[in-house]
Amino acid sequence: MTPFFIGMSVVLLIGVFVALYRAFKGPDVLDRVLAVSLIGTNTLVILMLIGYIYKHTFLDVALAYALLSFISIVVIARYVESKGKL
Amino acid sequence: MFEVISNSVVVLFLSVGVFFLWVGIVGIIRFPDIYSRLHAATKCDILGAGLVLIGLIIYEGFSFDALKLLAIAALLLSSSLVIGHAIARAARRTDLVFWHENREEKIMLEKEKLFREIFKV
Repeated sequence: MTPFFIGMSVVLLIGVFVALYRAFKGPDVLDRVLAVSLIGTNTLVILMLIGYIYKHTFLDVALAYALLSFISIVVIARYVESKGKL
Repeated sequence: MFEVISNSVVVLFLSVGVFFLWVGIVGIIRFPDIYSRLHAATKCDILGAGLVLIGLIIYEGFSFDALKLLAIAALLLSSSLVIGHAIARAARRTDLVFWHENREEKIMLEKEKLFREIFKV
């Protein structure tokens, strides 16, 4: 099962770099915020897959990361909403 | 024997989950404006990550880590929804324009008309 987990995380890693293209090109700030949110979720899934290969303590890291990425994105969205352009 | 079945189920769940995460990524690249990108990103995010989590829970069996995975799944479910709403509201409030069919041509036509009016050409 371990090679399968490694294969899946490599596929997701490529997906993260593809999503980085939208973050780079996105015409507006909110496109970049959306791309970062997508990258956050993919990184979360990669983290758990890697966690299943080595140590199971990565699940707590994934939980904390999910919370942090959620809070930061909502804060950025609210800031852009109130201040107009970033 | 049971090991083989559960492993194959896990492989199925993980591959379908990663496929849907990729659908979200392709959606965020391909769609023309932010509102349609939001559709792709938040929906496929939840589905893909949810399937991967269910696969890992099956692989894990009954243990404390499975509970942690369930907590992450529930958190991810609610957070992606709120993120989608927050970004959509921010986009609407900073009046990001909607994409419609041949938007660039219309803008060019308006500029031409304006030019003619001003300079009475």
